[in-house]
Amino acid sequence: MNAQIALLLGQDGMTSGAVYALLALSIVLVFTVTRVLLVPQGEFVTFGAMSMAAMQAGTPLRLAWLVLAVALLRAALRALSVLRQRHGRVSADEAVDPLGWRDLAAPAYALALLLLTRAVPAPALQSLALPLQIALTLALVVPLGPWLYDLCFAPIASAHSLVLLIVSIALHVVLVGIALLMFGAEGARTAPFSDSVLELGSARLQAQTLWVVGVTVGLIGALYLAFEHTLAGKALRATAVSRLGAQLMGISPTAAGRFSFALAAAIGALSGVLIAPITTLYYDSGFLISLKGFVGAVCGGLVSFPLGAAGALGVGLIESFSTFWASAYKEVLVFTLILPVLLWRSLSAGHHDEEHAG
Amino acid sequence: MSEMKVSRRCAALAVASLLALGAGAAQAQIKVGVVSSSTGPIALVGIPQKNTVPLLPTQVAGQTVQYIALDDASDPTASVAAIKKLISEEKVDAIIGPSGSPNAMGVIPLVAEAGVPMFAPVGTAAVVLPMDDKKKWVFKTTQNDDLIARALVQHMVGAKVKTVGFIGTADPYGDNWLKVFTGLAEKAGLKVAAAERFQRQDTSLTAQGLKMLAAAPDAVLIAAPGSSSVLPQTTLYDQGFKGRVYQTHGAALPDFLKLGGKKVEGTILAASAMLVLDQVPDSHPTKKIASQYAAAYEKLHGSKPATFGANVYDAGLMLQAAIPAALKHGKPGTPAFRSALRDAVEQIKELPATQGVYTLSPADHSGFDDRGRELITVRNGQWALVK
Repeated sequence: MNAQIALLLGQDGMTSGAVYALLALSIVLVFTVTRVLLVPQGEFVTFGAMSMAAMQAGTPLRLAWLVLAVALLRAALRALSVLRQRHGRVSADEAVDPLGWRDLAAPAYALALLLLTRAVPAPALQSLALPLQIALTLALVVPLGPWLYDLCFAPIASAHSLVLLIVSIALHVVLVGIALLMFGAEGARTAPFSDSVLELGSARLQAQTLWVVGVTVGLIGALYLAFEHTLAGKALRATAVSRLGAQLMGISPTAAGRFSFALAAAIGALSGVLIAPITTLYYDSGFLISLKGFVGAVCGGLVSFPLGAAGALGVGLIESFSTFWASAYKEVLVFTLILPVLLWRSLSAGHHDEEHAG
Repeated sequence: MSEMKVSRRCAALAVASLLALGAGAAQAQIKVGVVSSSTGPIALVGIPQKNTVPLLPTQVAGQTVQYIALDDASDPTASVAAIKKLISEEKVDAIIGPSGSPNAMGVIPLVAEAGVPMFAPVGTAAVVLPMDDKKKWVFKTTQNDDLIARALVQHMVGAKVKTVGFIGTADPYGDNWLKVFTGLAEKAGLKVAAAERFQRQDTSLTAQGLKMLAAAPDAVLIAAPGSSSVLPQTTLYDQGFKGRVYQTHGAALPDFLKLGGKKVEGTILAASAMLVLDQVPDSHPTKKIASQYAAAYEKLHGSKPATFGANVYDAGLMLQAAIPAALKHGKPGTPAFRSALRDAVEQIKELPATQGVYTLSPADHSGFDDRGRELITVRNGQWALVK
C-alpha cells in the first residue's frame, strides 16, 4: 500500500461515508422526534434510485401506484377514526378533526401523479432534463414518508418503543416485497450527472463522487441552518428534546413526526439518486446501506447529529480500507466495529431510562 | 409471503384442474413439483424459472402433466418445507428446483429417501458429484463450472495471457469458480495473480479494483451471478484497467449489456448459444429448440428469458424424453413409476435442448459436452460469437 492507493481508498471511503452520514442524520432525526428506529430508511434510497433508473430505461413508473395506494389507505384510516368518534368510541383527548375537503388533497395529488406518469409517453420521460427527473422522483417518494407515518406510526405514537421498532421492521419487510414487485429482481443503475473525469496526478476522480460529497455537505449545512434559524426546525428540535414539553408549548407532535418522516424520505431518495450512477442497486440494497448509516448513528448514541455523521464517515472509511486488506471479510469487520463503540458508550453514559416521556 | 404462496398454489391448481377437465378425467396424471426462489435475495434466478413453468410440456405420451409451483423465498429451510409438502401431500412424481445451490444441497436426503427424481437447475456441481446413493436421484440441468472454465482458460492461453486476476462473489458461486478456475489455470501454466471477493449488494468495489491494478494481471476473470457481474467490470474500466476481462456464464443475461454499456465492450465469456442464436449456424443442435423457447417466453412475459429459465425448460424436456419409457413400468403416482423415471432419465442420449446436448450416464448426471458452451464477446454493445 502506497500513498496513492491510500488516497484513492480514502476518497472511496469518503464517498460512501457521505451517503451513510446523510442516512445517519435522518435516522437520528426520526428517532429523536418520534422514537421510531427507521428501519425502512433504506427503502426510500431504493425507491429513489430505482424510479430514476426506470425513468431512464423507459419502463413504467410503478411507484406511482404505491403512492396512490398509500394515500387511499391513509384517507380510509382517517375516515374510520372520524366514524369511531361519531359513535362515541374514543375518549375526548383523542379527538380528531371532522372530515373536510383537505382530506382529499393527498389522494388527489397521488392520482394526479399517477395520471401524469401514465399520460406522458416513456420516451418523453426518458429525454426529460436531469433536474426534472430528480424532481419527479422526489415528488413520488417524499410524500410516502409522512403518509406512511400517518398510516403506521401516528396511531400508536405513544406505544412502547419496542412496539414502534417491531412495526418499523414489519414496514421494512412489506416495502422490500413491494419493491421486488415494482422493480424486479435485476439490478439497475442510472446515467451519471456528468461524464467528466478529473485527473489528479495519476489518480482518476469521477465527477459523480464530487457530486455526492458536495450535495452531502450542502444538505448538512442546510439542515443545520434550518434547525437553528427556522420556526419549523426549532419545533422539531424542541420535540426531540421533550415531546411533552413541546406539546405544552403548542407544537403538535404528530405534525413534527410527519415533518421528520418527510425529511427522512427526501434525504433517502436524494441519496439514492446520488449513488445510482456509481453503483448497481437492487430492490433490496437499501437495507444494507441504511444499516451502515445506523451504525454511524449508534456511534452518536442515536441523539447526537455531529457524532452520528462522523461515525458514519468512519464506517465508510473503515469499509473501504478493510475491503482492500480482506475483501471476503469486509462486512464482518464493519459490523464488529460497533461492539467496542457500544461498550464504550454503555460504560461512559451510565444507565438511563429507555422509556422517556412519550 | 405465505399468502402469496397460497394464491400461487391456488392459481396452479386452478390451471391444472382446467387442464385435467380438458384432457378427460379418466386419464392418470403425472404430477411435477417446481420449487423456485421467486422472492428473496436470489429472485433474479428464481423469477425466470417460475416464469418458465407455463411453457413446460403439459401432454406427454397421452398423459397430462400437472405442475405445482411453490416459492421458497431463497430460504433453504423453506425449500425443505416445500419439498416435504410436494412429496407427502401432493405425491409428486418428479421435482424441478430449487433455484439456489445451498437450497438444493439441503433437500437431497429428502428426495433420495422418498425416491423422487429431482432436476436441479443450480450452479454447483456438488449436487451430482461425487455420485453416491443419494445423489443418484438428482440431475443437474446446468453446465458444470469446469466445462465453462476450460473454454475460458483455452482462450486465455491462445491470447498469450500469463497472469490472471480473479474477482468473485463471496458465496458458493464465487467459491466454486475460484477453486475450479485456479486448478485449471495452473495446469495450463497461467498464474492467478490476485483473488478478490465482494458481496452482491456492495455499492463500491474501488478497493478490490485497486488491489487488482496493483497486481497488474494481463487479464481479469469475474465470477458473479446475474447483474452483480457488472459492477466489478465497470469499476476496473473507470480505474483505467487496460487488460481483457473474462466473465462466466453467470453474466449471460440481457441486463449485462444494459447495465454495463460501453464499459463492458470486448468482454469474453463462455455460455450456451442462447445469447447468440441468430449467429450460430442452423445446424447447431440447440438453435431450433432454444429459439422456440425464447420466442414463447418473450410472447408470454414481454422480455427475453435469462439462462436460468432455460435450465428449468431443459428439465421439462428431459421429463418429456423419459416419461414414455417409465410409463411401461408403472402408473404415475407409484414408487415403481418414479424409480423407472429416474432410470429412464439416466439413459438419455443425445437429447438436444436449449443449453446444449444432454448425454447422461450413471456417473454423469449433468451430461453436457462442448456443444453446451460457446465463446461469446461483446461487440458494439451486442453479443457476438467468437469465431
